[in-house]
Amino acid sequence: MEILWNDYLWPTIVIAFFTVVVIVVVLMAVAYTTYYERKVMGAMQLRQGPMTVGPFGLLQPFADGLKLFAKETIIPSGSNRVVFLLAPMLTFFLSLVAWAVIPFDQGWVLADVNIGILYLLAISSMGVYGIVMAGWASNSRYAFLGGLRSAAQMVSYEVSMGFVVVSVLLCVGSLNLSDIVMAQSGSWGFLNWYFIPLFPMFVVFFISALAENNRLPFDLPEGESELAGGFMVEYSSATYAMFFLGEYANMLLMSAMLVILFLGGWLAPFPFLEFIPGVFWFFLKIAVVLFVYIWVRATFPRFRYDQLMRIGWKIFLPFTLFWVVLTAGVLVAFDWLPGSA
Amino acid sequence: MIISGLAFYLFSIIAVVAAVMVISARNPVHSVLYLIVVFFNSAALFVLMGAEFLALILVIVYVGAVAVLFLFVVMMLDIDFTELREGFLRYLPIGLVIGLILLVELFVVIGAWAFASDAANQIAAPAPPADQVDNTLALGRLLYTDYAYLFQAAGMILLVAMIGAIVLTLRHRPDTKRQRVAEQVARRPDEVLDVRKVNPGEGI
Repeated sequence: MEILWNDYLWPTIVIAFFTVVVIVVVLMAVAYTTYYERKVMGAMQLRQGPMTVGPFGLLQPFADGLKLFAKETIIPSGSNRVVFLLAPMLTFFLSLVAWAVIPFDQGWVLADVNIGILYLLAISSMGVYGIVMAGWASNSRYAFLGGLRSAAQMVSYEVSMGFVVVSVLLCVGSLNLSDIVMAQSGSWGFLNWYFIPLFPMFVVFFISALAENNRLPFDLPEGESELAGGFMVEYSSATYAMFFLGEYANMLLMSAMLVILFLGGWLAPFPFLEFIPGVFWFFLKIAVVLFVYIWVRATFPRFRYDQLMRIGWKIFLPFTLFWVVLTAGVLVAFDWLPGSA
Repeated sequence: MIISGLAFYLFSIIAVVAAVMVISARNPVHSVLYLIVVFFNSAALFVLMGAEFLALILVIVYVGAVAVLFLFVVMMLDIDFTELREGFLRYLPIGLVIGLILLVELFVVIGAWAFASDAANQIAAPAPPADQVDNTLALGRLLYTDYAYLFQAAGMILLVAMIGAIVLTLRHRPDTKRQRVAEQVARRPDEVLDVRKVNPGEGI
């Protein structure tokens, strides 16, 4: 009995409690990301954004959420019912499950696995299934086209993203996310972070993240002006809400990956600011990256599909391949390889 | 240890059931989805064995890329299901023979472990003990040192296969419109624009 309690039950309770905490934090962050996006877009377009629900419109995300869940769920009669309902659940589930390995601060991580970055790549590469399944199961041409576009797009950009991750890993010598952050610490503050030596990879990763999340200017799977909403065309109410939440949680996840790989994770930008807890810096950096996401959305027109594929395969892939070789060459030539001693 | 035993049976039962569903599902898209479930559970079995690097590579490569392309092709195909069913009995004997051969080979491999337990020590470069290095490092050390040539050879075979696939599908269509970015960037306003003064009430 003692063994059962100490070895199985108590750890399960602890991990379940922390999982719930992380999920609540992520969902709150998602809710306020939508608010943030609307406010920033409003400011960029000389509007005010949400204003009426609560002070400064702060309760707007909850009003929207309640509205969505109160509506009727419509399942098209020609659809493939099981797959149709499975697709939004899968998207939502995958967008939350990835947060298990994200370190919010020193030691603040659910599962400190030593292959954390591979786990993140695996989860984000599975994100395409929710969209493809939704596109196919809806039995609608618009949705199907959106699903096909998304499949090709996400597979293409994952390749260059993988090479970006490899070049960071070469500098760190570990696949553990906490190790990746700690490798960027030092007395120089933000000058130690990897976005300076690996600046081109930082840019490639950010653009690939936009494509991976189907965000403007690469939101062709949704393409509301030509596909009327793409793979989400047939979804309503709670199923739509799950796609929406999943998409924004993925956006936060990609920002978190960018922060961990290039912007020093929870580290303070200046050594004298280290008294502020790391989790504050982590979320502040995510907010800065999200601002750029929204900025890009407000600035750029949508790409044409062949242009999107051209950038992915003909520019990013050769360039990241070259940069991986260059990084490895420099590390070996100057004997900077971590753990080579 | 009970938990990992239970987890093993859970994952392997799901994997076997899903594998049966791959060949018995009526809809080919469902078959591919079941195949993904099989991949995923095999990855979970790798994790149980302590081979977490292999598990995640399996998920990234097979689930994240290969199965996506499968799904892509199967969704685009216009398949007549009844026609597909017809050949089932005709191909059954061949399928059974192939399955039997694979089963015998499995027995031979596993039998070698059981009967000659020191055979694992005879290979050129034994893997370092699992508790000393993590398996990403262990794999890297073996692949890039003792097995470097074989690794390169595998890469060359994949390269040849890739070039072959491209050559088979490449068609030159002269009427395709292509975007030449360099030309567009090199265009100057004075070459393509003609600014004229238009008086009110007159055309050009």
